[in-house]
Amino acid sequence: MEIGLAHYLTVAAMLFTLGIFGIFLNRKNVIIILMSIELMLLAVNINLVSFSTHLGDLTGQIFAMLVLTVAAGEAAIGLAILVVYFRNRGSIAVEDINMMKG
Amino acid sequence: MEIANLPDLGPIASELTLAIGGMALLLLGAFRGDGALRLVGYGAVLLFGLAAVLVIGQPNETVLGFHGAIIMDPFAKFMKVLILIGSAVAVIMSLNYLEQEKLDRFEYPVLIVFATLGMLMMVSANDLLALYMGLELQSLALYVVASFNRDSLRSTESGLKYFVLGALASGMLLYGSSLVYGFSGTTNFPSIAEAATGHGMPLGILFGMVFILAGLAFKVSAVPFHMWTPDVYEGAPTPVTAFFAAAPKIAAIALFIRVMMGAFPEAVAQWQQVVVFISIASMVLGAFAAIGQRNIKRLMAYSSIGHMGFALVGLASGTAQGIQGVLIYLSIYLVMNAGVFCCILAMRRAEGMVENIDELAGLSKERPVLAFVFAMFMFSLAGIPPLAGFFAKFYVFVAAIDADLYALSVIGVLSSVVGAFYYLRIVKIMFFDEPAEPFEVPLAREVSIVLTLSSLFTIFFFVHPSTLISLATTAAASLSSGAVAVVGH
Repeated sequence: MEIGLAHYLTVAAMLFTLGIFGIFLNRKNVIIILMSIELMLLAVNINLVSFSTHLGDLTGQIFAMLVLTVAAGEAAIGLAILVVYFRNRGSIAVEDINMMKG
Repeated sequence: MEIANLPDLGPIASELTLAIGGMALLLLGAFRGDGALRLVGYGAVLLFGLAAVLVIGQPNETVLGFHGAIIMDPFAKFMKVLILIGSAVAVIMSLNYLEQEKLDRFEYPVLIVFATLGMLMMVSANDLLALYMGLELQSLALYVVASFNRDSLRSTESGLKYFVLGALASGMLLYGSSLVYGFSGTTNFPSIAEAATGHGMPLGILFGMVFILAGLAFKVSAVPFHMWTPDVYEGAPTPVTAFFAAAPKIAAIALFIRVMMGAFPEAVAQWQQVVVFISIASMVLGAFAAIGQRNIKRLMAYSSIGHMGFALVGLASGTAQGIQGVLIYLSIYLVMNAGVFCCILAMRRAEGMVENIDELAGLSKERPVLAFVFAMFMFSLAGIPPLAGFFAKFYVFVAAIDADLYALSVIGVLSSVVGAFYYLRIVKIMFFDEPAEPFEVPLAREVSIVLTLSSLFTIFFFVHPSTLISLATTAAASLSSGAVAVVGH
């Protein structure tokens, strides 16, 4: 069987859905949320690279590079915010993030 | 080998100013150490002024730069000036607060400068890559600003919530962008518009467009994606909330308009339904959910959700007249918002800030002028003539009626009536309730200047509205004529 564009897109769609569910269904730890965000961005990268090779157009791969770079910056800032939050709260369990409601 | 030609830097002169100036301010702050807040803060205001002058000096026509990735037209000029005013006011309002709360670190103005740089790029984006870069530059700076009071649990919690939900929104927007790229074969907005016309729109592009819409709705905090707004507004330091409610919203709406009118002008029928839905949902939720709020910042969060709903009414009409309405709406909203947050900054006692609206009781007896101005802003936000807020709503609803969106207009006007209830309740508390303990500290001089200017604008807008209206008309016309030119060539 030939592995074509549709297969890559299906894998990416599955990873993306897993990422979204990871954010909403996870009740344990904020680190898992950060991992889920990363999973979503990587699913997008699979999409971009497979479209890029399919179309024979380099823009998609450049886009993927940009996404990788921004994802690194985003993870750094997310972890930094998580560290200051931990200092104040003493916990990073998702159910403890409840100071403000309504 | 020939040295590659430098691209024309003219269209991004203001962005370059902010980027280089922001790094210079960072160095200045690092060398001066603590106590450089005022110096760096006024430096940032100066930079915003310089960037605004450069924006205004741009030609009054559509200029493309960087192989079509950047666009500079009267629409971008209008939005950029609004954003720069919003950011400058946010820095001016924050200086005194940061000193009183012992948060006087020079990084604050620098972060605002970088966030503003991202917003200017969003407004000028004409390509999915430029869009994503601008959006992330803005968001990454804003996540840090939200948790700027790093010793406060509420501030860091708001930063964390904003980060998680903002990253989710970016992910959705990006997934949509990848689909649009894949099915149209390009990331350039006009080329996407060409691919999306002709014999029907490919399903993949439609799918991608809906994901992009969802991501953008997150950034403007329109209703199904508004969950972060109240928590972030409540937890972040008050001047940061004032900033969040103005400039980033304007940039996000500008990006929303740019993507919908620039990349999907032929798919109005498809995105119009979605925009009508989120607009109605935002207006209704903004009106009803704010009724039970006791915290003034949380109340302002629901108020801003409602106001974004009203601004989207103009976009939903999909016409140049509607865009003109959005531009007028955003200008007036920016001024009213600055004024209201100046009043909120005055809610301070010796022990610190107070945020409960019951603390405003009897303000009219202790500080009659402040109470009058606060009440005037509340009337304006509710949309009561002859104040500026009425005209803002008037223009978007006229555009919606001209586009035959009767249900949208009727629901909008009704929710504006419901919304008037909670604005007027604040007026009632200030003027008719038994006085609470008075606020002690007078307003800082720079905050009073902002408050005076914004209240003068709000009261006297009806005397001479034509300047703003004609500017908005030119800006809106440039956007739709650009779309026509693309279809033509």
